[in-house]
Amino acid sequence: MTASDLLNRLFMAVLTLAGVAVIVFCLLRIVPGDPIAMMISPSATPADIAALRAHYGLDLGLPQQFGIWFTDVLKGNFGTSISQRRDVMELIGERLPATLELAFAALVFGVLAGGVIATLGTLARRTALDPALDFINGLFLAVPDFVWALALVLLLGVFWPVFPLSGRIDPTLSTYFHTDFYLIESLVTFKFSAFGDLIAHMVMPMLALGLPLAAIVVRTLKEALAEAMVQDYVLLARLKGMSPLRLVLQEALRNAVGPTLTLTGVQFTFMIGGTVIVERIFSYPGLGNMAIDAVINRDLPLIQGIVLTFGAIFILVNILVDLIAAWLNPRNAHG
Amino acid sequence: MTQPLVAIEGLSAISTRDGGAPVLRDVSLTLEKGEVRGLVGESGAGKSTIAKALLGILPSTVKVTGGFIRFEGRDLLTMPRRELSDIMGRDITLIPQDPQTALNPARRIEAQLTDGLRLKLGMSKKDAHQRALQLLDEVQIRNPDRVLAAYPHELSGGMRQRILIASAFALNPKLVVADEPTTALDVTVQKEILRLIRRMQEAHGTAVIFVTHDLGVVAKICDRVTLLYAGKVIEHGATVDMLTAPRHVYTRALIAAGPRYDRPNAGLEPVPEAVFRQLRAEVGLAERGI
Repeated sequence: MTASDLLNRLFMAVLTLAGVAVIVFCLLRIVPGDPIAMMISPSATPADIAALRAHYGLDLGLPQQFGIWFTDVLKGNFGTSISQRRDVMELIGERLPATLELAFAALVFGVLAGGVIATLGTLARRTALDPALDFINGLFLAVPDFVWALALVLLLGVFWPVFPLSGRIDPTLSTYFHTDFYLIESLVTFKFSAFGDLIAHMVMPMLALGLPLAAIVVRTLKEALAEAMVQDYVLLARLKGMSPLRLVLQEALRNAVGPTLTLTGVQFTFMIGGTVIVERIFSYPGLGNMAIDAVINRDLPLIQGIVLTFGAIFILVNILVDLIAAWLNPRNAHG
Repeated sequence: MTQPLVAIEGLSAISTRDGGAPVLRDVSLTLEKGEVRGLVGESGAGKSTIAKALLGILPSTVKVTGGFIRFEGRDLLTMPRRELSDIMGRDITLIPQDPQTALNPARRIEAQLTDGLRLKLGMSKKDAHQRALQLLDEVQIRNPDRVLAAYPHELSGGMRQRILIASAFALNPKLVVADEPTTALDVTVQKEILRLIRRMQEAHGTAVIFVTHDLGVVAKICDRVTLLYAGKVIEHGATVDMLTAPRHVYTRALIAAGPRYDRPNAGLEPVPEAVFRQLRAEVGLAERGI
């Protein structure tokens, strides 16, 4: 991808985000539920309600409301949360790191686990292991993240309680952090007890989000590897005495990884969406969990801020995937 | 007489996918050191199966039902895997058909050209680099440094085929199996590549099994020819004899069916149906054919 391609993509990204902003704004005004009704006490008079409406600008026309909000957003001001009375950007800034750490861990797990199993499956071609693997993988493909979450809660939280059931970290440890990237901070500052505790809390939500990704990686990558393994260049390398593992990793993998990479990008954005329900199940204090609270409270500015943040992540991930794909393929790099 | 390099004796094979249909019928042929042998036939004649058997890469759908392939006296078909993989890629190598698919698009030429040197001979990276430069010089590639650093898509088809030839001769093999190496190239490049294979073969004293369906190609490069039909040897012989005085009616018909340089304007004759009837009877095929 050339620099002008990249600029083009970034420009399109801004346009897309603007589109997302319009849609979110309109949708939230269509769905039933009144933020004011959630705030007032039963004793409030109609005059109080009207005053509150005017205070939040909800008495203005929709285009006008959108204009005010959108100009503020362009200035980097996402407004004030109605339910928490705090700056939306600040709230998102506190929660986003937790979600990013979780999603990234799930991504790494899914890709590594999927990659290893796809490689083993490719090495085991034409043995009984291969169809068995496909069958098991088929089952894994059919199970969505929230079902994994519930199954894991039962299995590793209740029947065989090895991992903590909820939260991100033991509350007594969380006060020591300077940033909200606990996992990274604990690692670079050598706080290994905190790191271990963070990992223990993360294992189950990470598995819930990562296992479906792993299953998809296995299927796509294995198919692409099988196609690459029958190419003439693999045959020639085999004749030259290359070991089966090197044949897969060095000859086939780089040519087979394209479709998997693209799909992983798409899956990762789905996974970010999946954090909403999975974080809720594990009471993990991330952005997704906050999104549900925001929706329950009809906290319009907060919902808008969160959705725009998710949108920005989706777009950035897709650009990143294209960049990696271009870097992996020598044709793109030179063409 | 000394022992031949390759002696195929009574080789028979069936296709397990095709209800046990024979793909090779009692094929015998010998190959002397340094000889270029054409394996000629239409598709399904068994020429590729013989080539694959020589390389130990028969697909799982082909089952050998009898015979031997002796390479320097040792049977490749019953040889332990380890010994076989010692021979393959060192003593027996392959020039593949399609230079588009025979080079890994994601690896630089140097890595692919030196794989065999490093894996089979245990050469250091530096020595292998020197040898690669020599090899590229041998196959007449100019600015070898640039080519070694290139990816396959940056090179032309003819260039890639030269690299594959260099790679096939890199370890001074005793036998090179050339699987229709000019089919995917255009005609002007074809001639150069044929000449190059011939020159490399003479310089290295290597025997070549040249698989092709093109008698014109055979005339240019092969010392001797084996003509196959439906897995059976129809005619063996020195190229000159076979092209000037074919004994079998099928050989005669094939020659008549191809263009001739000495008579460029003469019409091409398709192989008459009667010839196929005779072939099927000889081979033992049912009347309706394959």
